[in-house]
Amino acid sequence: MRSSDRVPEVVVSSAVRKFADTPGGLLPLLHEIQAGLGFIPTDSVPAIASGMGLSRAEVHGVISFYHDFRDKPGGRKTIHVCRAEACQAVGSRQLEAHVKTRLGVDYGETTPDGRFTLEPVYCLGNCACGPSIRIADDVFARVDTDRFDELLGDT
Amino acid sequence: MVKIYIPADTTACALGADNVAEEVVLQAQNRGLDIQIKRNGSRGAFWLEPLLEIETDEERYAFGPVFAGDVAGLFDAGLHEASEHPLFLGKVTDIDWLARQNRLTFARAGAIDPLSLDDYKHEGGYEGLKRALAMTAEDIVEAVTDSGLRGRGGAAFPAGIKWRTVLNAPSEQKYVTANADEGDSGTFADRLLMEADPFQLIEGMTICAMAVGATEGYIYLRSEYPKALDVLNQVITTAEDANLLGKNICGSGRDFHIHIRVGAGAYICGEETSMLESLEGKRGLVRFKPPLPAIEGLFGKPTVVNNVLTLAAVTTVLAKGGAYYKDYGSGRSRGTLSVQLAGNIRRGGLVEVPFGASLRELVEDFGGGTASGRPIRAIQVGGPLGAYLPESQWDTPLDYEAFTDMGAMLGHGGIVVFDDSVDMLEQARFAMEFCAVESCGKCTPCRIGSVRGMELIDKIAKNENRSASLELLDELCETLDQGSLCAMGGLTPMPVRSAIRYFPQDFESETGNEL
Repeated sequence: MRSSDRVPEVVVSSAVRKFADTPGGLLPLLHEIQAGLGFIPTDSVPAIASGMGLSRAEVHGVISFYHDFRDKPGGRKTIHVCRAEACQAVGSRQLEAHVKTRLGVDYGETTPDGRFTLEPVYCLGNCACGPSIRIADDVFARVDTDRFDELLGDT
Repeated sequence: MVKIYIPADTTACALGADNVAEEVVLQAQNRGLDIQIKRNGSRGAFWLEPLLEIETDEERYAFGPVFAGDVAGLFDAGLHEASEHPLFLGKVTDIDWLARQNRLTFARAGAIDPLSLDDYKHEGGYEGLKRALAMTAEDIVEAVTDSGLRGRGGAAFPAGIKWRTVLNAPSEQKYVTANADEGDSGTFADRLLMEADPFQLIEGMTICAMAVGATEGYIYLRSEYPKALDVLNQVITTAEDANLLGKNICGSGRDFHIHIRVGAGAYICGEETSMLESLEGKRGLVRFKPPLPAIEGLFGKPTVVNNVLTLAAVTTVLAKGGAYYKDYGSGRSRGTLSVQLAGNIRRGGLVEVPFGASLRELVEDFGGGTASGRPIRAIQVGGPLGAYLPESQWDTPLDYEAFTDMGAMLGHGGIVVFDDSVDMLEQARFAMEFCAVESCGKCTPCRIGSVRGMELIDKIAKNENRSASLELLDELCETLDQGSLCAMGGLTPMPVRSAIRYFPQDFESETGNEL
């Protein structure tokens, strides 16, 4: 990755160029910026708005509506813990409590060492083999508290 | 040469299939054996994943669940000759759990290489489109109508009627959209299909486009499914290169392009009008209906919005005829239902059977009871907005009307099993909490009612004004039911009320005294 790829202005303007003519292009554009920078800086909203022919309110509205988008940097990896019913049926409530204690953070927070951001997720589609968690893009099945500690050690 | 199949499916990988594949390569190298590894999709027997299959002379023998530590032992035992091995399951097609199903939509899942167009065609793929291209639009719609196919996303609206509405809507531009925002807990059928047999979705969408006169299609895929995204991106390119997508499809003079849009973690975007807003790059706010999406949908144009499984089923309908598909099923629910056994279940996974089987057959015969070994207490059917059902209801046949009649719904076919350690008050509270978290906020009953619902259930848990709170909760449920704009607020009362109705003891105070 070239160093310019990480410069917010460069990432934002190249994403705007890429999606300005795409019908309904705001979501893919925001995904692209977040993939490049790890978040969508609040001060990039005016540039996105003018590039996409939208108001700043519309852009802010979309960023704030969707759980995936964040306007501040997160940890190096995001840990998603599934909170939905199928995982509840196999002990995800205990896992949730353990994960929060172990990482010392609540949902939406990042560990002080900057390694992990913890987020809830409502279903990973792994419902026959819960409890499920996702670390970055990898899903893990049948995660009990011991397995979580093991995964944390490996990550 | 020995061919070894190891699924690249999300669940299989979550259980360590990638490690198994690495170990197989290593063991083969160490022993100087010439093997070929194929990463297939899963057959949906998730309780047996990672399911390793060894092919010789056109037979495929299965072993499972195989973890990385088991691989050396399998090689020691002679691979396909290892019929005495404790993980040996026999011929994969003879595994009872799979053999007893009636697979139409999932017939190829796990059998083929998901990325191979040749595999897909070899197993009957693109027969449906071939026929469709030789038919008039009217006749395609007629075949879908005749099949009795109803929307598999949950609403169960007749697919043929929806298609006819779009066909008859006058417009230069029309769209086909596949709803792959499979957010219901306890469901994974769309994901499985997209990862194991993705061309089927592409073919189904293309048939739909030919029927209604659309030239552009969108797949709205949830961001929680990165593997499905990767697979779909690849097969769309393959289909384009083979002239099965794009301009002048198979020389027919017809164009159809498919684009993928990835969601951003909002459950509500599985609601069709919210999905359309999101596809337009907006907040996923639910739209008032009418106008129906079939008349004014994406970018204001006539649009088919169908679930992944509905579009997939169309390929069977076109290849084998509406009557063939309609032959399966019960009452007004025709064809097969892709049941997803989930939660606390011993043999979880995808079970495709004709409508009409009972819930008990599914969770006991296929599912084998709970994973914990404790008695089943409650079964939630149809996702987070579905009812919790006690044993007295488990003999109800799985068909849309039978479930509606008892105040429940089949939804997208998710079945989540809970053992006797479940606290139904907690489940009812979670239903309200989920609604509060995921409400789009457009209508008041859903946005505020869900928060008030949580507060009331907390009061009941603390035994504060218990009987009055229960009464108020029921009234609140009525308000959500009657006053919400879409199914999110409208159906949240279903799990709440069913929990109170069928499991009243969980809402009673332990002391009997109210504070």
